[in-house]
Parts: sequence; C-alpha cells; structure tokens
Amino acid sequence: MNLISKELLQAKNEPLNYFNKNSLIIIGIVVLGLFLYPFISPSKFALHLLMMIFMHAVMSQSWNVLAGFSGQISLGHAIFFGIGAYASGYFYTKFQITPWFGIIIGIAISAFIALLIGVPMLRLKGHYFAIATLLIGISFQVIFQRWPEVGASAGLYVPINRDSPWLSMQFHKNKVAYYYITLVFFIITFFLVWLLNRSKLGYRLKAIRDQSEAASSLGIHVSKYKVIAFIISAMIMAPMGSIYAQYVLIIDPNNTFSADISILVLLISVMGGVGNIWGPIIGSSILIPISEFSRIYFGGTGRSIDLIIYGILIILICIFRPSGIVSLIPRSFREREKVK
Amino acid sequence: MTSQVIIQAIISGILMGLIYALIAAGLSLIFGLMEIVNFAHGDHLMLSMFSTFWFWMLFGIDPIFSIPLTIILMAFLGVFTHYFIIRKILNSTMLIQICATFGLAVTIRALAQFFFTPDFRTIKNPIIQGKFEVYGVFIGYPQLFASFVCLFAFILLYLFVTKTETGTALQATSQDRQAAEILGIPSNKMFALGWAIGLSCVAVAGSMLSNYYYVFPDVGVNFSLFAFVAVALGGFGSINGSLIAGVIIGIVESVGGLLIDPSYKLLYVFAVYLLVVILRPQGIFGRY
Amino acid sequence: MSNLLKVENLSRSFGGIHANSDITFDVNEGEILGVIGPNGAGKSTLFDLITGFTKSDKGQVILRDKNITNIRPDLICRLGVGRTFQKLKPFADQTLLENVIVGALVKEKNLKVARDKALEIIDFVDLIEKRHHYAKELSTGQRKRLELARALATDPKLLLMDEVTGGVDQRTIPGLVELVLKLKKNGITVVTIEHNMKIIMDISDRILALNQGKRIAFDTPKNISQNTQVIDAYLGTVDAA
Ligand SMILES: Nc1ncnc2c1ncn2[C@@H]1O[C@H](COP(=O)(O)OP(=O)(O)O)[C@@H](O)[C@H]1O
Ligand SMILES: [Mg+2]
Repeated sequence: MNLISKELLQAKNEPLNYFNKNSLIIIGIVVLGLFLYPFISPSKFALHLLMMIFMHAVMSQSWNVLAGFSGQISLGHAIFFGIGAYASGYFYTKFQITPWFGIIIGIAISAFIALLIGVPMLRLKGHYFAIATLLIGISFQVIFQRWPEVGASAGLYVPINRDSPWLSMQFHKNKVAYYYITLVFFIITFFLVWLLNRSKLGYRLKAIRDQSEAASSLGIHVSKYKVIAFIISAMIMAPMGSIYAQYVLIIDPNNTFSADISILVLLISVMGGVGNIWGPIIGSSILIPISEFSRIYFGGTGRSIDLIIYGILIILICIFRPSGIVSLIPRSFREREKVK
Repeated sequence: MTSQVIIQAIISGILMGLIYALIAAGLSLIFGLMEIVNFAHGDHLMLSMFSTFWFWMLFGIDPIFSIPLTIILMAFLGVFTHYFIIRKILNSTMLIQICATFGLAVTIRALAQFFFTPDFRTIKNPIIQGKFEVYGVFIGYPQLFASFVCLFAFILLYLFVTKTETGTALQATSQDRQAAEILGIPSNKMFALGWAIGLSCVAVAGSMLSNYYYVFPDVGVNFSLFAFVAVALGGFGSINGSLIAGVIIGIVESVGGLLIDPSYKLLYVFAVYLLVVILRPQGIFGRY
Repeated sequence: MSNLLKVENLSRSFGGIHANSDITFDVNEGEILGVIGPNGAGKSTLFDLITGFTKSDKGQVILRDKNITNIRPDLICRLGVGRTFQKLKPFADQTLLENVIVGALVKEKNLKVARDKALEIIDFVDLIEKRHHYAKELSTGQRKRLELARALATDPKLLLMDEVTGGVDQRTIPGLVELVLKLKKNGITVVTIEHNMKIIMDISDRILALNQGKRIAFDTPKNISQNTQVIDAYLGTVDAA
C-alpha cells in the first residue's frame, strides 16, 4: 500500500460534515438564552426589537436562499411577505379560519405564485431578471391597492378577538407570545436552511449559482432547480407576513407589498454576507436596531435618519467588504476547521 | 369615445414619452459604458427637480433659466458619484453593483426627506404656463415646452456621441473597453464623463418637469421604473433605442389609461416590459 | 469494433462565421480520438454541439443508437457523456471535494457514498491532499484536473476533453498525459482536443483535423502526419515540439 491510498483511507474516514464544537456550544447557549430572556428582562421594547431582528433575519434568509444558493437576484421579495400577511388576515377576517392554518395557506399560495412567476422568468438573465422582479413586486402592490375584496388601499383590519388568544393568534394581554412564535420560526428556518446547505439539493443549487453551465454539464437540470429555489425562498418568506399581520392587526398594501421591504431584505443579506447562512442574522442584528432605536429617539419626524445610516453603511460595505460582515469572522470558526 | 379623446391621449403620451426618453438615455449611456444599472437614477431626477425648485424659491430664478445651473450641479454630482463609489465597484459582482446604487438611492431619498421634508411643492407662476386648444385637443405649454427641450437635448446628445471626437471615444469605450484603452482612451475618464452626461440628462428632464409637476422626495420612483423599462425595451446601452422606447411607454401609459382604467397605468407599462423581455430578451432594438 | 458516437453533417454558424460545416466522424468504443486544428477551427464548438450547449443548424449526433442531437446538456450527461471546458468553469467558491461531489451525485443517491466516490476520483487525478482547498485557490493545472475529476464522477462512457494540457505548467504535462492513458485503460472512450503535436501523435488511435470549420482529415496519426492539407493548415505553422 502506498502513501496516496493511505491519504485516501484517511479522507474517507473524515466525517461528511465538520461540526465545530465550540460554535455548536455557543449556538446552544444563545438559543437557550433567547428562550429564557423574557423571564429575565421582559422589557417591552427589548422583546419587540428581538422579534423584529428574528423576523427580518428570516425574511432576508428567504432572499439569501434564492440569491446565495441559486444566484438569482430578486428585487420584489415583498410579494411573498404580502401574500403571507393577506392569506392569514383575509381568511381569518372573512371565514374565521385560524391564522395558524392561514400561515399554511399563505405558504401554499406563495409557492404557487413563485412557480407562476419563476417559470417565465427563467429566460431572463442578470439585470433583466432583477428589474422584472422589481416591477412584478410593485404590480402586486398596485393590484392589492385596488382590489375591493381585500379592502383596497385601506387594507384589512383583523377583527379583535379577546376570548381565544391561541386560536385567533392574538395576544393582547402579553405580547411575549409573538416573541416566542417568531423565535420558533426563526430557529426552524435556520435549521432547515442549514440542512439544505449540506443536502444534495444544496450542492446542486450552489453549483448553479457558481457556474450554471458547468452544473448542466454535470447532469443538473438548471431551470428546474432555479424554480425550486424560488419556491423554497417564497415559502420561507410567507409565514413572516402572516405573523406580522397578527402582530400589527392592520394589513395594507403599503406595509406589506412594499418595495422598501424587498430592498431591505437585500440590504440585510449583503450587509451580513450573501450565500452564508449566518449573513442574514448578522445583517439583521446590525440594521434592525438602527431603525428601531431611531424610531424611539427621533420619533416620527426623523423617520428617515435610519435610512440615511442604512444607505451609507451599505455603500461602505459594497466598497470595502463586498462579502459582508461575516467575512470578518475567521474561517475556522465559521465552518470546516480542517483546511490544510 | 371620440377620436379627439384618443388623439389627446396619444399627444399627451408622446409629450411625456419624450421626457421618459431623455431620462432613459442617461441610464442607458451609463449602462452601455460600464454595465451598471443606476438604481438611483430616479432619485437623481428628484434632486434635479429640487435644485430647480430651490433656485426658484430662494433666488427667484425661473426653471427655464436655471437649467444650466442644475446641469452643472448634476454633472458634478455624477463625477463625484463615479469617483467615490462607482469606480470602486467596477469589478465587483452584479449583486454588489446593484446594492451600491440602491444604497445610494436609499441615502439620497432619505436625505431629501430629512432636509426637504416629505411635503409636495410646486413652482408657482412660472414663465411658461397655460394651455392652448387645436381642434378640441388641449396641449399644455409647459408640457409642450418640456418635451421640445428634452428632444433638443436628445439631439445634442446624439450629435455629441456620433460627431465629436470625445463622443466617439465614449462610444469606443462602450463597445470595447480594452481595445479603447490600447488606443489611448482612458476608460476611467470616459466613465466619469458618462456619469456627468447621464446625470445632465436627468437634470434637463427634472428642470422641465418641475415646471408643472409636484416636487417631493419620492417623485423619482415611478420615473425610474419607466426608465428601466425604456432601457430594457430599447436594448441596454442603445441611446436611440431609448428614444423610441420612451415614446412607446408614454403612449402605452396614457392610451392604456384611457381605454382600460387609469389607475392601472403602471401595470400596462410593466406588462409591455415583461412581454418584451420574455419573448425577446435582448429588447426590441437591442443587438444581443 | 463498434461505434460509441456517430456525428453526421453537423453544422453551426454564428452570424456569418461557419464555425462547423458538415462535420462527420465516428468514435469507436475504447479509443482515444484526437482533435486538432488551429485556433478558431471550430473544435470547441464541436464539443458544444455534441454536449447540447449549442444548437446545431443541421446534422445529427448519435450516441450508440440514440439520437441526442440538440437535447439538453444535463440529459446528455446522464446518458454518459462527460466533458471539460477549455475556458475552465470550476465552482470557484467551493472546495475541490464539493466540486467533485456535485458530479458524483448524478449517479449516487446517498451523499456519503457520493463523497467516497468523489474522494476516489480525486485520488485518481492525484489531488487528494488538496481536497479541502477552494477551487479558486488551485493552480490552472490543478483546476484542469478538478474539471476532469468532476466529469469522471458522473461515470461517463465517453469523455470530451478540451485542451487539458493548454496553459498549464510544462512540468505537469506528463502527469496529465499519463492520466488520459489511465482513463483509456479503465475503459473510458476519450475525445481530446490538443495543441501539443507530440502528445496527440503519441496517444491517439485516430485523429480528426479541422480547419475553418471543415473536416480536412480523419485518419490514423501516421497518415495524418503525412497529409498535405493538415501540414499546410496546421503542422507547418506550429512548432511540433
Ligand atoms: N458563441 C459564439 N458566438 C459567436 N461566434 C462564436 C461563438 N462560439 C464560437 N464562435 C466562433 O466560431 C469559430 C470557432 O470557434 P471555436 O470552436 O472556439 O474554435 P477552437 O476551439 O477550434 O479554437 C471562431 O471563429 C469563433 O469566433
Ligand atoms: Mg477551443
């Protein structure tokens, strides 16, 4: 037996995926801490802030799955946020269907719309794709602004129900329930994306992202997988819309189908690091507090101060750290420790 | 429905379309040079409108006289934008380029809201105002004047690009950056010039628009959407294409609004975009 | 000997350029077929046509008895045709191992099995120590091996190689040549585009010579080296070292 086969044997004994023990422990502690946090310091603002961070992390993770895994840049991702919000809100308002089931309806409709949009869009490359998603996103807003069945511009007011908080998914006495719901979705989403990242599907999608011609020379049906990525991405976004709707209880085309949301999820991902599953968490943890704090300190009058900071930060990131804040963290901590 | 109403819609569409065309020409020129879509283009338009507004408000200068001042301001802004931002992301991925110009858009709009407040403003009693009637068709003087100026600017742009030495150098860089560099054309200077000209186009359009349009921080949004559509229809990088595309969009917008429902104007234009790019991804007049 | 691949009257033009006109040849099971021709002769276009990356204007590609003309590249891969690209297309942001696993997933359903198979092939192309390196960190020669390994992982019966020795460090060429011969021993049929005359004459069973999109010769190496048309078009102009 020669040296080379020894190395091969050793290579085959390596685990398929490396788990960095330290980071696993850190993640465990952080998750535990987040679950216990409301008992330690149930400040309303802190819970709201954390909830917004989780929610936006999931929303930009949805965007990140599409861009980071399959290389398609969407500028209209608010579509699926809006569909989620309207699905749960509409079916609860009109038919008293519990928002829990509404979430599922929202996911299903989003998946279907993603399929309808995704297939014709396959022919579009680069800027044509991005601009098309931008226009489709705004079209949804225009249509919902004028659709009487869903309240047109005024939107839907989710009827208040104080008797059965769990069934109506409305928690008026103590908003901490929203915190936990969002936290659970946040953890599930990240776990699923983490699994996706190391699954066969993940390998294929990343291949398409990096080099779609090479991917198709390796037996990957590029169009099919691009649509699959679009659908998965849409399905991640929709529940956040539903939860948001139940949280604010007012759904209108401007707070759901807004181009600002589409842009925000992109900015968060780029800030954190596109194509990295931690990127959205990092980006969200940096950008969301900026807007929440500026809302407190400057109130309604200075509403755009957060946007000034956002814009400048993003430009700086694009110029100096195009791979996002995550690239500042040493590689060994992020993934495989065994890089020779 | 009388034919007069339709003619009215077509004429209004053409007048507006010429403005879209000039805005799109600036966008297209920049894209042709460095394959970057300026997602802040609408916000640059908004800045031009505010510039015109403030010249009037503070110094009483009428829009028709402040055009050169606004052009100079915007051209400088274009050069700065290139020097401090664009130059550094030329070799980045498309995503980073999109993100940087979006970041710029967010910043400009937020600054405008901060300093100018979200109020709607108008220039009162400009020199050019009022309207006239021919055969039952009404035409506003400011609209007519605006589209003449835009058309004139367009012709100047066309002559500059095709007839002057600098313009030819600009085109050479647009067609093949490396080859142009070998011929001694510094691409960096050409890019800066491209940004100066691109923003001068919105400066002209913005000055003329503020004669009869509300001025407010979000005013650029729909204009930039139409400019994207025009550039895609005309073929990214084709300046002549954007003239025809701009006019088509103006007509689709106003005739569609007349025949179907005016509240869905945006959608007709978007539908044209989607149909065209899905059926013919290189645009109507695009080469590739 | 039976034909693995038959190409008949394959044609393709880009605008006014006839990149391929009426190309006809066949590939026998188990042989190494060399493809030569000056730059722009249409060699890469021929590969693109066979593997479905470019649609043909005319003509047929037949793999065993199946007509595969103008079908999707991924289906052609699944039918047992692997290829490398002249302009390398690695998955730059992924490791060598991850690159090859993508290829192995064509046949293997289980990730662990695919990983082990990928490792064996990486070992076969002699890059096992580099398995955890990102593709963008590898040298040109190593990236050529990466592409080879990735294509091999799909279990091809027929492998198309576009200038494997082009642009690599001269010292690594013998290793690459040895690799191609090892492939033949393992029963893989190889079509290789090659500029190095010595190599092509040594390893090929037959040679297809193209010039300006046309087939100018299709013969054994010995006859090719005496073919006046080939000498005019190609050998005369290139240092046959
Ligand atoms: N996608 C394409 N578009 C236009 N022309 C092309 C394209 N691909 C190849 N060609 C042209 O076809 C001819 C053959 O190219 P190619 O097959 O790459 O040659 P080789 O690989 O033998 O060097 C060249 O003149 C090249 O410019
Ligand atoms: Mg070639």
